[in-house]
Amino acid sequence: MTATAPGRPGGAMVEFDGVGLRYGPDAETLSDISFNLQPGSFYFLTGASGAGKTSLLKMLYLAQRPSRGIVRLFGEDLGTMPRQRLPGFRRRIGVVFQDFRLIPHLSARDNIALPLRIAGVSEEDLSGPVGEMLSWIGLSERAHAFPPTLSGGEQQRVAIARAVIARPQLLVADEPTGNVDPEMAMRLLGLFEALNRLGTTVVVATHDIHLISRIDNAQMMRLEKGRLSDPTGALRYPPNRA
Amino acid sequence: MIFARVPVQHRRLLPDRRLSGPTPWVIAILMMLTLLAAAGGVGLARSADAIGEAIAGRVTVQIVTANPVLRAEQAAALRRAAAAQPFVRSARAVDPAELQATLGQWFGTADGDDPVLRSLPMPALVDVDFVGEDRSGHMGQLRALVAREAPGARVIPHADWLGPVARLIRSLAWIAGGLVILMTLASAAVVIMTARAALGTHYATIEMLHLIGATDQQIARLFQRRITIDTAYGVALGTAVAAAILLLIGWQWSRVTSGLAATASLGPIGWALLLALPLLAIALAALTARQTLLAALKKIL
Repeated sequence: MTATAPGRPGGAMVEFDGVGLRYGPDAETLSDISFNLQPGSFYFLTGASGAGKTSLLKMLYLAQRPSRGIVRLFGEDLGTMPRQRLPGFRRRIGVVFQDFRLIPHLSARDNIALPLRIAGVSEEDLSGPVGEMLSWIGLSERAHAFPPTLSGGEQQRVAIARAVIARPQLLVADEPTGNVDPEMAMRLLGLFEALNRLGTTVVVATHDIHLISRIDNAQMMRLEKGRLSDPTGALRYPPNRA
Repeated sequence: MIFARVPVQHRRLLPDRRLSGPTPWVIAILMMLTLLAAAGGVGLARSADAIGEAIAGRVTVQIVTANPVLRAEQAAALRRAAAAQPFVRSARAVDPAELQATLGQWFGTADGDDPVLRSLPMPALVDVDFVGEDRSGHMGQLRALVAREAPGARVIPHADWLGPVARLIRSLAWIAGGLVILMTLASAAVVIMTARAALGTHYATIEMLHLIGATDQQIARLFQRRITIDTAYGVALGTAVAAAILLLIGWQWSRVTSGLAATASLGPIGWALLLALPLLAIALAALTARQTLLAALKKIL
């Protein structure tokens, strides 16, 4: 894997440089955030509740623009990116939300198929991948069930399937294993790892220390009171990876 | 395209609750009132035009000479002389019996056979219709003719006494037109409020669609289609009720054959306008919904 050399950040998939985020007139939720995410890397984002993890993830999946600083995704500055270009970038990002955000009046199958349909994939072409994904998350029998009738764990699996169905270049997951049993958590993590091996950059926000220890070569980002701990500068200037 | 083209699978992104909200019903009421106002406006405008044309070039000469024999001679001479003028299309001496029958309506004897009525000194009337548009020039020539053939007779242009009525009718037609515009604006406002309410109701779905890469156009098409369909239902309902009312009024109107009422009708252009209004309303709703939705979506990142 190619590392990004200091002073030449163009090769990074995601670059944050002196980013601050403020909601309204309050104090900054995030301050002076600077890091680079390398293509094909795996990152865990940790921090206490209220440290700003979800706010950071929101900027990663283009739901929020920074109040200051520069956020660059896929080499493009989010601050100056025209709004009409955002959908194209968002299709390259998969998101697993903490609260799932499934569309309640769509079946599990239709929720999973949604990113492909939005991207214009024909029904004929999407039925195979959606079926495989349903099978993988163990919900083939419940393909036509609606989210309100699914358990929390089942909903989470549908949300994850929806996030990865379009093979995103960047996968952002906010507490993706919070509602599933340990066995399913390991299976989901295995899916993330498999996607990562295929080249997807993965960012997982989690409190689960055991989860972090399961992935080799994963880097950890820690947020404390809206500031990113990067004492060694490894996040800003990642070392070469073999 | 009025009905936005949305793939069948995408249509399910919005719950299918057609006619569940107030929009179709409000649109139906507004459409019905719009059509009735438009029909009234067209009818009144045509009536005003008909009256205007009828009175613009018509003059009645009233001969009030006391001697009935001389009065009749003056009337006959004036009719002949007027009919021979190039600026006169027609000149007609009003039959005294016709005059008595008209007055009889006020005296309570429709056939004019009333001793009091027969004892009244009736003027002789000659109706003159001018040719062409030079009304003031023709009036001067006619006055000269009247002074020669029937000195002391009064020349009464119909426009002097029916003109205010025609102007009143035309004003009512303009008011009806104004009502049509106001109700069209009200319909557009209903569509705007519906679109905004729909965005509020489905905000979570919209946010989700945005985050997985849906464009504003894709999202707007979903809502535009739904709002247009709801509006079309309302327009169809309002049009059906308005058509029933207009047909009923038309049936009753067809029995009115006299006076100003007989001049009111819609005519082919009026009917075409009434048929076009519902289609225009649906197109306006679709356009308004689309612009409202796109403007609102732009405010969301």
